[in-house]
Amino acid sequence: MSILDLFKRRTSAPVARERLQLLLAYERQSRGQPDLVSILREEIMAVIAKHVQIDQDYLQVSMDRGATMSTLEIDIQIPNKSAAPLAMAG
Amino acid sequence: MGKVVVVTSGKGGVGKTTSTAALGAAVARTGKKVALVDFDVGLRNLDLIMGAERRVVFDLVNVIQGTAKLSQALIRDKRLETLYLLPASQTRDKDALTEEGVEEVIARLRSVFDYVFCDSPAGIERGAQLAMRFADEAVIVTNPEVSSVRDSDRIIGLLDARTMKAEQGELVQKHVLVTRYDAARASRGEMLSIDDVLEILSTPLLGIIPESQDVLRASNLGSPVTLSEPLNGAAKAYLEAARRLEGEDLPVVVPFERKGFLDRLLGRRAA
Repeated sequence: MSILDLFKRRTSAPVARERLQLLLAYERQSRGQPDLVSILREEIMAVIAKHVQIDQDYLQVSMDRGATMSTLEIDIQIPNKSAAPLAMAG
Repeated sequence: MGKVVVVTSGKGGVGKTTSTAALGAAVARTGKKVALVDFDVGLRNLDLIMGAERRVVFDLVNVIQGTAKLSQALIRDKRLETLYLLPASQTRDKDALTEEGVEEVIARLRSVFDYVFCDSPAGIERGAQLAMRFADEAVIVTNPEVSSVRDSDRIIGLLDARTMKAEQGELVQKHVLVTRYDAARASRGEMLSIDDVLEILSTPLLGIIPESQDVLRASNLGSPVTLSEPLNGAAKAYLEAARRLEGEDLPVVVPFERKGFLDRLLGRRAA
């Protein structure tokens, strides 16, 4: 075991505490009700669905919940109108 | 067609989730496509051990109920591109899983992945039985301790009776993975020996994971120990166990106590 290992050992518990605090804060707040990011996801999708048909196969949603900021990424592939007849013909 | 491996134990707290993460990552490191499925609906933890807890959008129950596609619910590991996680739902209970739903999800995962690891909840109830239901092989995680060995024996009985393979007259291939093995205590005769455990369970040994600080540290950091520190003792044991799971014929070496002068002086136990 090197001295470096000793330092490494010391640093893991604070990381664990931070990860847990973040996770539990989110879980307590969202218990029994969807969280803000989920609500946003549903509503954004609903708005887009009003204009184009969303194919679930071309939809990827990713989230990253942070302490001070969360990110929500919705990746939707919208087929071009001109491409549609081609696809139908194929 | 991929292989479905259930990681189970009966008893809680013996290291199922840690072992699922460590073995899955070890296999994925070799380039195989691996999916880890958390069956502990309501008490999920595999996401936390994998360090993906901030990225969960959809889960197993969403896929079974049709509110999300399987591809949307699978979370790709940030370190290994061949490793994926299907989280359990945290807000539902185990009744949200149906046998038909699980069967379909497992069948689809099997067609895409080389290995599907099912992390079973503790106990012998519905959740545990669904986790093992469609398995080809089983890793029975056991601590060298009386209650754990007893519960493992019970689980082995279920694997031989309640799985799809068993009902079709085949056998689920079973392996015992001994975790939290303390060489010092075993050498003092304070802990069941590996031979005792294997004789009682009469099931082949997949590996022996020593009790280790490395495992706790890996959990703290949210990284499988086989990824974060592959050269350390517990990780090496997991990497070897994974190779045996893939069919390699590697002898298992029982860890022995190695004490240096300083360890003796400070009364520390070697890993």
